Amino acid sequence: MGDTWIAREISLSPRVVFPNKILPYLLVAPQLAITLVFFYWPAGQALYQSMLRQDPFGLKSRFVWFANFRKVLADPAYLNSIKVTVVFSLATAIVAMVVALLLAVMAEKAVRGKGLYRTLLIWPYAVAPAIAGMLWLFLFNPSIGSLAYLLRSLGIVWDPLLNGTHAMILLVSAAAWKQISYNFLFFVAGLQAVPKTLIEAAAMDGAGETKRFWTIVFPLLAPTTFFLLVVNTVYALFDTFGIVHAVTGGGPGKTTETLVYKVYNDGFVNLILGDSAAQSVILMAIVIALTAIQFRYVERKVHYG
Amino acid sequence: MATVDLKDVRKIYPSGVEAVKGVSIAIPDKELCVLVGPSGCGKSTLLRMIAGLETISAGTVAIDGKVVNAIGPTERDIAMVFQNYALYPHMKVYDNMAYGLRNRGTPNDEIDSRVRSTAKVLELSALLDRRPRELSGGQRQRVAMGRAIVRNPKVFLFDEPLSNLDAKLRGQMRIEIKNLQRSLGVTSVYVTHDQLEAMTLADILVVMNAGLVEQTGAPLDVYEKPASTFVASFIGAPPMNLLALTGASPSSVLADGTVIGLAPRQGKAVTLGFRPEDADITFATEAPAGALALPATVEAVEPVGAESFLHCVAAGSRIVVRVSGRASAKPGDQLRVVARSEKLHWFDQAGKRVD
Repeated sequence: MGDTWIAREISLSPRVVFPNKILPYLLVAPQLAITLVFFYWPAGQALYQSMLRQDPFGLKSRFVWFANFRKVLADPAYLNSIKVTVVFSLATAIVAMVVALLLAVMAEKAVRGKGLYRTLLIWPYAVAPAIAGMLWLFLFNPSIGSLAYLLRSLGIVWDPLLNGTHAMILLVSAAAWKQISYNFLFFVAGLQAVPKTLIEAAAMDGAGETKRFWTIVFPLLAPTTFFLLVVNTVYALFDTFGIVHAVTGGGPGKTTETLVYKVYNDGFVNLILGDSAAQSVILMAIVIALTAIQFRYVERKVHYG
Repeated sequence: MATVDLKDVRKIYPSGVEAVKGVSIAIPDKELCVLVGPSGCGKSTLLRMIAGLETISAGTVAIDGKVVNAIGPTERDIAMVFQNYALYPHMKVYDNMAYGLRNRGTPNDEIDSRVRSTAKVLELSALLDRRPRELSGGQRQRVAMGRAIVRNPKVFLFDEPLSNLDAKLRGQMRIEIKNLQRSLGVTSVYVTHDQLEAMTLADILVVMNAGLVEQTGAPLDVYEKPASTFVASFIGAPPMNLLALTGASPSSVLADGTVIGLAPRQGKAVTLGFRPEDADITFATEAPAGALALPATVEAVEPVGAESFLHCVAAGSRIVVRVSGRASAKPGDQLRVVARSEKLHWFDQAGKRVD
């Protein structure tokens, strides 16, 4: 009995010693190859390209060191794009998370049809970003959109085609709407993981429902919230290209041109490859910094049970 | 300081299952009432109804003479110690204990003095800055107790608070809980499935089975006069030996035909019982007069040190006899199990006690 227990202990230990020295490297080689080909190589190319400047016809390129970066960072359109991205990402992440949490709490409280609510609320996640964008575009199109008509009949001025703020609201709505399902799913799981006895203990400790939520449930959801904050920020920064492209195309003017959209616009539409590459390198630096900050400072305030 | 009165309390779940089938218990002020019974007997449901965590399907629960059926757990002024302690994992020990006071708007300096004095009583002073996950099981248990005590509630509820502790700690905490409850003088309801805990802690012992109260009384009264075969076999370790008699009454013949050396008993008794410690063994062939003398074969001997348990087969049933010190019998021995007639218990067809 004692012996088998020890044997199990040993087999459970994560350390495995390979008899052959080459085998472990062979085993990780496919993974390494994928990372090299699909991540390091393009990243290196972007880095290299960001220091090249091409002539207008794309026939010659010249190595210019950091001139592209200087040019991009001094460009008012680029600074505007940073501002747009910050507003868009924060608004999308906050709206998507707040609405999802609200829905999750309400779905949790439902006595009947809990499963039905959940299933229905998860559906939007299956909709492709561009489709989601088109959906919202049609709904809020000033001339043919049914919801735009409703807004107008309520006396609300609505014109996302000309008004930058309206365009941003539309974009945030579409981007957040799509992400709500994902967040909802995680919040529901998070809420279910909060032990029922803790809620009961808090109730007996004299905490009303709202107080229980803010002092017990919400702090215990912190790991979920933190995870979603990272995921939503990354989503808003990078995965919303399709929505921006479908809904506003960065307009009106440049009021909804996010960093990612600008990289695309400058590189593939305007063919200023050097500038575009410099922008994507900056973007990469931003993501690395953001993730590091989130894990270093925000996670510290998170308690994992 | 309060009394707790349950009047014909019932719990019927929407599925139609009746977990509690009409329970009435009156707990006087400052007394500790233990609800004991096997799992699924409704004792925890009953406790949760007193707490306000379960709705009451029928009957009334009154605290201090006031019916609280419609009052939520938040306003009942009751504190509960949960089986898994239910400490708030994101709060320090101090905040865990202060939480209930803060919710009731107690001034900060009063919270501080009350938390610190309670922590002192429970020897938690050095742990106030720790989080629950940094504590041992016993320490967590103390914090859960502290969280209940610090609020100075009308009633304490305990839901199997010691079942997650090891045997040694359990014995220690049992005594501490008893002493604390006595010195604080707070009316308490304690749920357990452990009959030893029930016997040692209770002022009033309530034995429950299948949603009903089998017997209510002082622990030793319940032990000495079990009201039913269920109580007889539930209270006491090892449990009471029960032997079936022939259906004919008056009877002095066991169901398998063994004639017991007793005068036939008037009444409807169909089951005969005696406690392992009330019996003795003899190798003599002469049966003593006026006593039960049962031919038996020893199956196993369990020496515990101060006493030994003899597991025997008699009249087709397994019985246990407790003898002090070393046992003179060994497995395979044929002997007689003897019990004095005043130490015998008789039960009728329904399993109820016959006196």
